[in-house]
Amino acid sequence: MSSSIQSILHRYGSDRTRLLDVLWDVQDEFGYIPDDAVRELASGLNTTALDIRETASFYHFFRDRPSGRYTLYLSNTVIAKMKGFDAVSKALQAETGACFGGVDSTGTFGLEQTSCIGLSDQEPAMLVDKVVFTRLTPEKVVDIIARLRQGETPEQIANPGGLPPQALDYVDALVESNIHQAGPVFFDRGTRVREVLERWLGRNPDELILAATESRLRGRGGAGFSVGLKWRLCRESDADTRYVICNADEGEPGTFKDRVLLTRSPLQVFAGMTIAAHATAAREGIVYLRAEYFYLKAYLEAQLQLLRDEGLLGRDILGRGLDFDIRIQMGAGAYICGDESALIESCEGKRGTPRLKPPFPVYQGYLGKPTAVCNVETFATVTRVMELGASWFEGLGTKDSCGTRLLSISGDCARPGIYEIEWGVTLNHVLALVGARNARAVQLSGPSGECLSVEKDGHRKFCYSDLSCNGSMMIFDYSRDLLGVVRDFMQFFVDESCGICTPCRSGNEDLLRKIDLFMAGKARPSDIDDLQSWGRIIQRTSRCGLGGTSPKPILTTLGKFPELFEAADHPAHDTLLPSFDHVQAFSAYDRAHAALDKERS
Amino acid sequence: MIKLVIDGKPVEAEEGANLVEAAGENGVYIPTLCYLKGEPCIGTCRVCSVRVNGNVTAACSVTVDDGMEVDVDEPEVADMRRALVEALFAEGNHNCPSCEKSGRCELQAVGYETGMVVSRFPYRYPPRDRDVGARHLWLERDRCIFCQRCVEHIRDRTSGHKIFSINGRGSRARIEIDVELADQMPPEQVREAMDICPVGCILEKRVGFDVPMGQRKFEVQTHRERATEGTSNE
Amino acid sequence: MSERTPEAEYSHELPRLALDENTRRQRGEKIKVSMIGLCGCWGCSLSLLDVDERILELLDHITILRSSFTDIKRIPERCTIGFIEGGVANEENFETLQHYRENCDVLISVGACAIWGGVPAMRNARTELEDCLREAYADSVTRPGEGPSLIPLHDELPRIADRVYPCHEVVKMDYFIPGCPPDGDAIFRVLNDLLNGRPIDLPTSINRYD
Repeated sequence: MSSSIQSILHRYGSDRTRLLDVLWDVQDEFGYIPDDAVRELASGLNTTALDIRETASFYHFFRDRPSGRYTLYLSNTVIAKMKGFDAVSKALQAETGACFGGVDSTGTFGLEQTSCIGLSDQEPAMLVDKVVFTRLTPEKVVDIIARLRQGETPEQIANPGGLPPQALDYVDALVESNIHQAGPVFFDRGTRVREVLERWLGRNPDELILAATESRLRGRGGAGFSVGLKWRLCRESDADTRYVICNADEGEPGTFKDRVLLTRSPLQVFAGMTIAAHATAAREGIVYLRAEYFYLKAYLEAQLQLLRDEGLLGRDILGRGLDFDIRIQMGAGAYICGDESALIESCEGKRGTPRLKPPFPVYQGYLGKPTAVCNVETFATVTRVMELGASWFEGLGTKDSCGTRLLSISGDCARPGIYEIEWGVTLNHVLALVGARNARAVQLSGPSGECLSVEKDGHRKFCYSDLSCNGSMMIFDYSRDLLGVVRDFMQFFVDESCGICTPCRSGNEDLLRKIDLFMAGKARPSDIDDLQSWGRIIQRTSRCGLGGTSPKPILTTLGKFPELFEAADHPAHDTLLPSFDHVQAFSAYDRAHAALDKERS
Repeated sequence: MIKLVIDGKPVEAEEGANLVEAAGENGVYIPTLCYLKGEPCIGTCRVCSVRVNGNVTAACSVTVDDGMEVDVDEPEVADMRRALVEALFAEGNHNCPSCEKSGRCELQAVGYETGMVVSRFPYRYPPRDRDVGARHLWLERDRCIFCQRCVEHIRDRTSGHKIFSINGRGSRARIEIDVELADQMPPEQVREAMDICPVGCILEKRVGFDVPMGQRKFEVQTHRERATEGTSNE
Repeated sequence: MSERTPEAEYSHELPRLALDENTRRQRGEKIKVSMIGLCGCWGCSLSLLDVDERILELLDHITILRSSFTDIKRIPERCTIGFIEGGVANEENFETLQHYRENCDVLISVGACAIWGGVPAMRNARTELEDCLREAYADSVTRPGEGPSLIPLHDELPRIADRVYPCHEVVKMDYFIPGCPPDGDAIFRVLNDLLNGRPIDLPTSINRYD
């Protein structure tokens, strides 16, 4: 073990801040992260074994025990469940002989479930280690498992043409892009990256900041913060160095636009980062890529190399004296790392715990230096804005919401996929566009967003002052169990809460139990009051945006579809609380008695 | 000095002061659990939530500002603080009658101050393992409220390494103890670790709690009195 | 208790002495209070006695129809106030609590056991019921002998619940007096507030969890 651990440490200069990379390499080597390796890492990184475990145990994809030769992660998102998850999960268990959360008896297959892996347009989908399989059916599962047993690798099965993973064709062989409507900002025609960089890198950074400000571009991650202002604050922070980070964590269930942008327009994204670097005087950039998108890594690295080879990245870019390079930081499975300060902690090799603010990352971010964190879509937009001009961009969309927005459409519609819309279109317009005929509800912006009633909200407009969508749009028709959807979302937040603060760690579990009462028909009218008041407490007192939004699936669904939450009609004279389960409480004794009798005879 | 308004009353505070301290100095009690005077804020328990210029915020993470308007006693935010204490009681196994730390426990003291009589959240009775591996102290995890004071503030004195650390995420996370480092802790640091724990989770071995009821820490001086009048000698 | 055998005799069905007319009339004008202990140690009931001579003052206004000290499980007529001590650990506790809820206007959880299960609820976090029974009967050093029917099972014996439940998880409880046991002062305060139609106010100085 020692020599391989030593070479991994050497690869990252025994730098504690690169712990996530180190842990990935250790897991790739041993299939999990063994105690012996942790001890050796601890001494090599001048820390303790428990400190290493503190970080490793935070992330869903880091394993502390053997998990078979292949570990299969089946996406259990709400959308997967609408598209055949049950049959696929049964087939997986039958074919592998493993149960979820365990390994089969031969040690070949470890089986796990995972939250949305960014493929809601082609569910059911799963990861086999780092390789993705989409549009799963029981038949496909039988085939994949049989071939894995016969010794084929996941890469060989997913990529029968043997394409190199650096190639776009490789990515296309694994997943579809499903762009159904390209628009003026994205996809319609290639952005001339070289021209844009040539035009702007020679200019004074203040001009870039001015252009970004004049375009009135707002961050596409969800918060909608002015990009120009973010750059200016970052630049004006007193420091010897600064960083630009691209948030490609795309963890919000139902979103997959960043996956498609990184597949189809990576240069446009990287050029946006380079422009931001010039504007903020940053020298290093990081793309924080979620582990679920591992299959994009080699391709993206090849694209970065392409830029370096053309003199558009690295030292002395285009001979303008600007040094800026980008590395890819892989995540390891944690929704909370979509929060910019949690993402920064993760980049530093720590648990993805959101920081207390202030200070904000523009003042003290990565390694304590001013850092501009923007979403993938924001950077891609930046490049286009710089290409076609602020006034061109400002002319798109509405007065308060300039430009366009990428929507990731999934659920009950004819054409799930990517749509570029101009801000200002209505929900009904989009529903017609995607072929949603019988839509009842729309979950906009993922679980952390809001539930909309098509009947009540169809006329509402996509814009920052009304439907300020972060890109995720899940459609549910009249056949769906919306309360079940709400329960799924709450389970997601329970699983993804980092646990550092009381309201989010504890409160989300309490909300989940309450929903269970409604689903079991055991709720009282006062339980609706509890949902509202507890939800408000969690929203108001939580430390970060996760707790700030986690009650929203309940609260917004309750607002739009109160009939779903009707408490069971219990007779007024019934003194017993409906939530008390008499059978469960008093049948245990007979069972225990029988078991002990059997034990003794 | 700067001027701010707490519960409608104009008060003065030192510039750059922490809101919890500024309020205390002006006789306004804000309950706290994870906060430690003079140490960097860790902001985990949220029990000090108050309204600052209309927004609910953890007071321990706020530096006072001129003209700031703070509501502490406003009913909704007071109820939120009580709810958070109730959540902590329901989340662990807080058996005050059988706890060594009873009467010296900050969670209990803050429970009294926020007026908790019962938790509005269902009691969970989680199974939690205790850790008795270290020579001088042990972890009674039933009582841990995950404030992370020990993780942040108790370090090995030579290497600076953490003696207490976190394992896992969300409600499955728990505090671990580095036995090797813990066994090297000098006696006064063992005592410090036990004292820094707001509940009875970190306990020193071979030490009895022999102060009779009625004379225990928070019976001699309540949590509120300590925050607003300063700590008397113990 | 699912079945009752013909020879069963319950405490609340035992013959009672008739009250004299005067006492009966005096009681009729007072507020009726009943008390019962479920799964607890009766310490809370003893704490009531710490009200000391103030009980005389109280008795001008209330009459105690049932007290934990006689442990009669049913109340003979509707009461205004019911005091519940102890949590719900078996079927008999459950039935008694339900009876109290049906026959009292105001129901109060008194003490740690009623509020969250207390010491008996320590089994909730540690063990399944089966392990408890194994420990208490099968593996007990004082077990009477080797036989298959060591664990009690009889229609007249209440079945033990899978865990100990706080009273308010079974029926609606109106007020809570924490403590193990609560201070006599706390009990007096709550009773006095209720009798005088004041909102219940348990001052911080007498609110205790231990």
